Parts: sequence; C-alpha cells; structure tokens
Amino acid sequence: MIKTFCKTQIEVKVSEDGYLEDMSQWNEEIAHEIASEIGIELTDKHFEVINYLREKTEAKEPLTIRKVGKSGIVSIKELYQLFPKGPLKYSSKIAGIPKPTSCI
Amino acid sequence: MKNLLILGAGTSGTMMANHLVSKLPKKEWSITVIDQFKTHYYQPGFLFLPFDIYTTKQVKKKGEKFIPKGANYIQKKIELIQPDENKVILEGGRVLDYDILIVATGTKIAPGEIEGMDGPMWYKNIFDFYTYEGAKALRNKLREWEGGKLVVHITEMPIKCPVAPLEFAFLADSFFKNKGMRDKVDITYVTPLGGAFTKPKATEALHHLLEEKGIKEVTDFNIERVDYENNKIIDYAETEVEYDLLVTVPTNMGDELMERSGMGDDLNYIPTDKATLQTKDHENIFAIGDATNLPASKAGSVAHFEAEILTENILRYIKGEPLKAEFDGHANCFIETGNGKALLIDFNYTHEPVEGTFPLPGIGPLKLLKESRTNHMGKMAFRWIYWNMLIKGRHIPFVSTNMTEKGKHFETVEK
Repeated sequence: MIKTFCKTQIEVKVSEDGYLEDMSQWNEEIAHEIASEIGIELTDKHFEVINYLREKTEAKEPLTIRKVGKSGIVSIKELYQLFPKGPLKYSSKIAGIPKPTSCI
Repeated sequence: MKNLLILGAGTSGTMMANHLVSKLPKKEWSITVIDQFKTHYYQPGFLFLPFDIYTTKQVKKKGEKFIPKGANYIQKKIELIQPDENKVILEGGRVLDYDILIVATGTKIAPGEIEGMDGPMWYKNIFDFYTYEGAKALRNKLREWEGGKLVVHITEMPIKCPVAPLEFAFLADSFFKNKGMRDKVDITYVTPLGGAFTKPKATEALHHLLEEKGIKEVTDFNIERVDYENNKIIDYAETEVEYDLLVTVPTNMGDELMERSGMGDDLNYIPTDKATLQTKDHENIFAIGDATNLPASKAGSVAHFEAEILTENILRYIKGEPLKAEFDGHANCFIETGNGKALLIDFNYTHEPVEGTFPLPGIGPLKLLKESRTNHMGKMAFRWIYWNMLIKGRHIPFVSTNMTEKGKHFETVEK
C-alpha cells in the first residue's frame, strides 16, 4: 500500500495497518503526521524514545515494552503516558519501524 | 577423552543425551548431564492437574530413569559457566571442563517481577499453574471454590506454551459446567496481546470459541501491579480488572545461571542462531528449547524438532563441517477446548497456523484448527508418547522435523 502524507506530500510504502515498510523513508515530519492521526503531540521526550526504537531496530534487536523500560530513557509508566493505549504499537508506528512482533 | 556437557535434564536436555549417546564414539566422547532436581515433570500435565483430570503421579517421574546408561548424571546445582575458559562450576566448587556445551536450562516463572503478585495472597487466591506446586495448590482451591470472578491472566510475552492459558479458560468452563455451577462463575481472559493468540488465523478461531463459551476477553492489558488487598489487577493505563480467583501466568525468565554467567538477554535467554542453534557468542556452546531467545514457541514440540537438528549440527561441528541452518521454528500444539475436544495447530517462523490435515496430508486423521474428539484423544495419547518416545529421542512416525506445507489451506504463502 502507498500512503501519501498530506502536509509533506511524501509517498511511502505502508503495511495494511499503517506501519512504514521501509524505515529509511521516515523523517520527523512524517512522525508528526502519524502522531497527529493517532492524537499524540510529539515532544522532545517522544523523540528520545523514537530514536531509541530506530537504533535498536537497525541493530536488529527485538523490542519489548520491558526493554524500553530498562533503556534509561523512560520507565514503562512514562512510556504509557507518552503513548497512551498502545505504548509499543503507537511508538513503533510513529518511529517508522515495523509492527513489533515480540509475541510468539 | 573429550567432554560434552548438557546443562539441564528437562525435555530438551534428556532428549539430547538420548540422541547423542548413540551417535558419539564412546571411546572419544564422555557425555555428562547436570541438573539440580531429581524429578522430571510432564509439564503439559500441569494444565490438567488443577481440574483433577490427571493425578500428581501421572505428571512426575524420577529424572535419572530417562538418562541413558552411556551418559553420566550429576544431580547438583550449577553455579557458573565460564565460557571463555570452557568450564562449568557446580555448587560446592567442583569444576567440569568441556569441549562442547549444550545449554538446556529452560524457562521458569518469575512472579516477583510484578508488585503484589507473590505477596501474602500467593497460593491463597492468586495461583500459577506452570509449576507442580502451583498446579497442585490450585487443584485444592478449585475442589472447594464456590464461585465468583475467575480471571485467567498472562503477565507478559514470551511465555512457555502460549496456548496453555487459553486451554485453562476452556477447561475451566467445562469443569464448572460439569459441577453444575457455571452460572456462579464469571470467567475473564486477560492478555497483553491484541487478541486471543499471537497468530491472526488462530486468534480468529479461538476468539469464536471464547465467545461461544461465554468467556470475556480483556486485551492489550499490560499489568503493573496486583492490588491483593482489594482483589484487582491494574495495568499501566490504569485499567482495573477485579477477581475473586486469579490464575496468572507470571513473567517467564530463563535460568538465573545465565545472568550470573553474563550470557543472557534481559529475560535471561541466550542469544542463539535461530536456524543452527549455535549460541551467538561462543562457537562451542549450543542452546536448545526454552533457554534460547529464538522467535519460536517455548514448547516441547519445538524442543523435539530442534533436538533432531541440533544432534546433526553437533556431529558436523565435531567433524569441522559447516552447520546446517535448518531449524524453521516448527511448532505443533494441541489446544484443549473443553468437553473432550481439542484443536491442533502446526506452524513455524513464517507460516501461521491454518486449517488442513495432520500428519498425513489430505488424510489426517487429525484436523488442523478445527475442534474434534480425535484431536483430544491425540493430546491424551501424547503423555504416553512423551514418556516412552519423545524424551528417549525416538522419532515420532510421520511427523517431520521441518513443517510440511502439504495438506494445508494456505491463502497466501508468506515470505
């Protein structure tokens, strides 16, 4: 599926549920657009989490809520406050990385 | 004489000892299995123990009985692995050298990870059924319980046998029906996942079964703490679920030995190559079963398929040949759905469970992803297969190590 972001007019490939398929197509403007669709306004703290998620994904390390909670950037509680209702699902979507598959 | 050490005499370790004892030349290799416990449990039986379907005697035997004669067996706690020196240190200070190490130390519950879980109400109205002690304590509770809110709960993924909590909910439904008290029990299934199971096709089928049996679902629930004074579980988003009886699957973690030895990830699982089963940091250390960080189910069937590939890879490693990168994540699980019926699912790293027939394509007799009595008989027969064939390393007829795509109804073949 191709999705065009209206503000930036950037075309990116996304999965059925809206996750970027190629994380290199991501930029901060796209992040802001995805976030506003979800109803989140991004702050510097959000971006600290987003950058952490992107770094770990590039290093091919699997992501879990537990892992983010131990990252030293946010506690699990804070992660929930930043991304209510879907801490890992929404943060991954905004970070332009694949939907987390920590569940087997 | 060279030494091969196997740490852990559970399903994986015992199978590996049985496979290797007949394959390695006795004059060159000494095989030693180390485990701190004397009892070998039939873990799938822990699901049935709480409902008085199995007796305690049916789920435990003396572990030593299953270690082959050609292997040494040491019943001692393992203190430390020193991977850079090829040494294992046992409690009391005895040091064992190895040429090849197989880590099969499994996974266990860590209820201490969640505030309030293993506090004063642990085994009073909060239970696990992943240990012999928990399953037995829960059996005694269920014998006298008069009803109320039963919450079946998963703390966080990954867990051993991810279908077990669902099976528990299904069996609870028929247990209370048979006791004539289903109307007095309210069953809720609470999971951190977005649905009943981890794979979409199976989730759909299982969701219908939950609905049919009047079991409520609470999804995306990431528990923060148990408020044992007010009988509530509370998640990070402040959602609360009340219970009278909480049956939880606590956080699962690998053995603390991994943490002590600096070899595990944040859940004490060993980073392992998902196709060859060689550990990522040490070429003469291999890992199998629940102890690995593989993105496969933590289940006996997975360990069984892994054991056949690992045996071959150990032989290749000894000969200096390249390892076979063959493990495909194959898992095969019966799912008890209550009232003498069961489902069967068969899947791997890339293919989710679908409908079809098993093990013979087009014939069966078992049906995939469909409830049937034959599947239930299969699950019941499995206890015999486990004690008599599986852990002894005997090949199970018609069941291949890698998953077969024949006889299955795939809509699309994934990457």
